[in-house]
Formats: sequence, structure tokens, C-alpha cells
Amino acid sequence: MSEGRYFPLWHLALCRLRMFYRQPEAVFWTYGFPLVMITALGLAFREESKETVLVDLVGPQAGALEGELSQHSQFKINRPAAAEWKKRLQTGKTNLVVETGQSPTEPHRFWVEPHRAESLFARQAVENALLRDTVAQGAPEYPESHLEEVGSRYIDFLVPGMIGMNLMGGGMWGIGFVLVDMRVRKLLKRFLATPMRRSDFLVSVMLVRLFFAVFDMLFLVVFAYLAFGVECRGSGLKLTLVMAIGGVSFAGIGLLVACRAQTIEMISGLMNLIMMPMWIASGVFFSSERFPEAMQPIIQALPLTCLVNALRGVMLDGDSLQALWRPLAILLAWGSVSFTIALRAFRWR
Amino acid sequence: MSLAICCRQLVKRYDGRPPVEAVRGLDLEVRTGECFGLLGPNGAGKTTTMEILEGLLEATSADQMEILGYQWSHDDNAIRQKIGISLQETRLSDKLTVAETVTLFRSFYKRGIEPSEAICQVSLEEKAGTLVEKLSGGQRQRLAVACAIIGDPALLFLDEPTTGLDPHSRRELWEIVRTFRAAGRTVLLTTHYMDEAERLCDRVAVVDQGKVIALGTPAELIARLGGQHIVDFSLNENDRPITDEELERLPSVQSVRREHRTVSLSVSEPHVALPGLMNAMQATGRGFATLTTRHATLEDVFVTLTGRHLRDGEETS
Repeated sequence: MSEGRYFPLWHLALCRLRMFYRQPEAVFWTYGFPLVMITALGLAFREESKETVLVDLVGPQAGALEGELSQHSQFKINRPAAAEWKKRLQTGKTNLVVETGQSPTEPHRFWVEPHRAESLFARQAVENALLRDTVAQGAPEYPESHLEEVGSRYIDFLVPGMIGMNLMGGGMWGIGFVLVDMRVRKLLKRFLATPMRRSDFLVSVMLVRLFFAVFDMLFLVVFAYLAFGVECRGSGLKLTLVMAIGGVSFAGIGLLVACRAQTIEMISGLMNLIMMPMWIASGVFFSSERFPEAMQPIIQALPLTCLVNALRGVMLDGDSLQALWRPLAILLAWGSVSFTIALRAFRWR
Repeated sequence: MSLAICCRQLVKRYDGRPPVEAVRGLDLEVRTGECFGLLGPNGAGKTTTMEILEGLLEATSADQMEILGYQWSHDDNAIRQKIGISLQETRLSDKLTVAETVTLFRSFYKRGIEPSEAICQVSLEEKAGTLVEKLSGGQRQRLAVACAIIGDPALLFLDEPTTGLDPHSRRELWEIVRTFRAAGRTVLLTTHYMDEAERLCDRVAVVDQGKVIALGTPAELIARLGGQHIVDFSLNENDRPITDEELERLPSVQSVRREHRTVSLSVSEPHVALPGLMNAMQATGRGFATLTTRHATLEDVFVTLTGRHLRDGEETS
């Protein structure tokens, strides 16, 4: 016989933690997947030097033209066989094809792919180089400067978006899915038959979720810094606070989604229904400003949009929390309203 | 004599079109220290009754309902501290070990036994460190019982504790229940296995269509058939059928029941009834296709009371 050495909140939380790390797939989706996404997108959209211009030269005068253009280091020149060049242009292997005429005086023909910016740029670059050579003397040299702005790259834009997306997914899977799974197993009902306090149970689920949220996010931020040099302009404390607000709010939404669902199919469907539009509209991968003006009031009110905007404010612009009060307030409203409804409507059986 | 459970005129109606009355005025008295069985086919209202008594479902109405002297909605925590429950088909978390699961349940109770002791009582010591997903059906069921007894309950509810288990696992579970009861605690279990009820239960309530239709010790219920022996026989195919009147005239025959081609006689003294039956057959030139005699079981009680078998419709429900 023993008394008083057991703390249900602690044991519930401990068991949740164990159940998590004993599921390799859950660990992968939480930690591995965002890393793969950031790495893949970071590599795909890395800022390539726009200096190199791929040009194919064909026709009788191609040799002479090559001599002329090769004085400019920005051109990477190729002289494909006559049958090949059209295909090379179509498939993007070259940016521009210059077809030379029969005699040196006959003007060249530019083959351009007008829907590709690189192709149009290549045409301008080649034309510019040829014109400069003809008016060799007296052409002015324009001095050039660069903005050395941290946070202007795509990866800098992407990382706060991914953090927001991960906080949303974590709330949905870590709370919504887990609770419905326990309901389907009749575990919730079994717990209900014990003297366990319901609040202990729900608080333990939320606490573990918050613990994971902070842990995940630190992991992502450190990874983004090490792998891509993504920096956070705002203080770490501010960033943590915004993440915590996001984590709590999406935990509340997760709880709401889970409060009545009776089957795994139903919760999966509901979660996708909620997450899918936000993945697209909330500016995770591209700015939500791209959607028409008429949709903006709705988009700006979505919880993920608010979270991502607040995260970008802190990470990219170093905004103060006062400046971000609006998205943060909307986010907290989502969280607290969902939480309140969920607690009232929660089905244990 | 104190009662562990006492309920009168228990009714549970599920709203719907049409409304379904799962329990229709059920009376139940379970004495402290006994193992009481609710025996009945699927859909008889056993589980609904259990879940109402366990506080998991609300009764539509009841004239009286006391669990260990307490009432639901007044003393919920007091009751939950003192009862142990094994639900039908709870799937405990796959990724926790046996010891972790039992410890988690222990943490919910103010007082109780040590997790290791509970694991020992259900003979799962060797599996203490094993994940639940790696356990066999019988082991899982024993773990469910360990979780039910961890709070050192005065009253244990077991809903179909051995359904789907192999004979060996069933016997192991019976042993656990017997040990628990031997310590002076009360058990209420449901089953649709008549042998389980006969071997395990001090008293049995036969439940059908939401009501108790018979109550007593297994021996009493069988004795109420009038005869404790059953003679089953069938005639050769070409023989003229034998009427109930002819059979009831035979010595020592108490009742006659027919099912397909088999006739079952409930008899008090087989050594008297059998010669009579033989003579009647011989005199009329009929012959047996089959003939067996056996002890009456609770199954016979149920069939006599309802005209149906306990396990009828099991596949469809």
C-alpha cells in the first residue's frame, strides 16, 4: 500500500513524451521533415549569381562573333550543331541563341524565349555588349553598388514561414490527432473511469505540446542559422514569446478540431481542411500579398497569416511587440476562443 | 448483509428514430464479497448496465442506484477511488511498457497497491518492460485487469473479460478473478460464456432484452429447469415424428424442447427416463439417429427461458 508519491500530471506528461520518442515516424515528421523542406527549398531558390549569361551562337559568322563576345567575361558561349540549338533553347539549356547572317554586315537574328526573364536579360546583355563595342570610345561607365541586407534572400523569407507552419502542424497533430487516437482506442473513456482529474489530463497534453513547440523551434532556428546563415534581428526572447503564443493558439485550435471527432478518418480530413488553405494563403512559401485585394481581409485574419507575419516582423525587421500587436492579438483570440469552445464541447467517450 | 451494488428499475433509452430501450427496468443487488455475473446474449443490455453502474453513462431513470453506499453525481470521486474497471476492448497505448502503463494508472488513485505488485498479481512480471504492442491478447487483457486493480478497489467491474481469448488465457484470467474475490472483494462481470458464469460466479443474473429474467446461483438456475440432466436425441430420417405429448408421458421427463431435428428432454433421473424412452421407441418401431445425455447448463436455462441461444446473432451484432 502506498500513498502520495504519484503525481498524475507528471506521469501523464512523462507518458506522452515516451509515446512520442518511441514513434520514429512522429520524430521524423516533427524534426526531419521541416529540415528537408528548408534545405530543399533553400537550395532550389538559392541566389545564383546573375552574372553568367548562357549564349549559343550558330550560323556562318558564329566564329567571328564568338571572338567579339568572349572579351566580355559574363558570357558563357556555346556553339551547338545546327540541329540542336532549337531544342536547347526550348529546354532552357541556353538563354539565347544568336543566328549570324551570311556576311559580317548582315544583322544577327536573336532567338529569344519571351516568357523567361533570363532569356530577355540575355538578349539585352548581348545587344548591350555589341553596341558598346561599336561605340567603344565615349561610352560612359556607370558605377554600381549593392545593398548588403540580411534577410533579403528567399531562405530568410522562408524560414519564419516554415516555423509558423510547423507550429500549426504540431498543434494539429500533437493535440488533435493524439486525442482522437486515444478516443478511438477508448483510452479517454478508460481514464474517465478512474479518479483522474480531467484538467490534469488536458493540461498535461498542452504542456507537452508547448515543450515540443519550443524545442522544435530552437532546433529549426539553429539549423537555419548554421546551414544558411539565417539570422534573427529581434531578440531571442521576443522570438520565443511569439513562438509560444503561436504554439498555444494552435494547440487550442487542435483541441477544438479534436473535441468531437470520432474516427481517425474524420480528424485527418478536418485537419487537412483547416491546414491546406493556410499553407497556400498564409504566406508560408510566397507572400500572401499576391492574392487579390478582395481576399486580403480574410487572409490577414487567418491564424497562420498572423503568426507568420509576426515571426517575420521579429526575425526580418526586428519589430517591437507593440508594432506586432495586431497579428498577435488576432492569434491569441483564435487560440482562446477555440480553447473555450473545445473545453465545453469535449467528448471523452 | 451489505450490498456492494443496489439498483432498482434502471432504464436506459437511446434517443433516435425509433428510440432504443437498451435497459428496461432492471433490478440488481450485488452482495459484498461475491462474484456476480450478468449473463446474456450480445445486445441484451449487459454493457449498458455496467457502464451506468461505472458512472460512464447516465441512466435515463432509476428508482434507486447505490454503489458501495454512494451515489453517482453526489460522490463521484469517492466511487471512482474505490472501483476498478476493465472495459470491453480498451486498447492501451502501444508505445508504453506494461510497467509504465500500470504506473500511470496508479498515479490517478489516492491510495492503491504498488505497480509491481499489480503486475505480479496478473503474472506479467516477465513482461514488465515490454511494450504493450508486443503483448498477446491474453497478456493485454491481464494488463487491463492490472490497471483495474491498481487502486486496490473494493469493487471490480469486468466487461467480457475473456471474450476472444484462448482457453488457456481464459483459465488464467479466471484464476486472477478468484484470487481477487478470495480477498473479500466484490466482482461484477458480464459474459456470454455460460461455462465462465458457472465456474466463476457465486450468483448469476440472466439478462435478456434489458431485463433480468432469472436470478440465482448457477446450480439453482439449473435446478429450476426441473431436471438437472438433458437427454438429446434425434430420430432416423424416415421415422414418423414423435409428439411432445408422447414424450411428456414418459417417466421423469420434466420438459421437452425441440431444435431442428434434435429433441432435448430435461429429466430428473436419467436411469428412469432412458429405459422409458427406449421402450417407447422400440414399441413404435422407431430408431435413434443420435442419442446423448449430459448435465444441464446455463445455456439450457437460457434456451428454456427465451427459446433462443446465448450466442445467437453473435456474428451479426
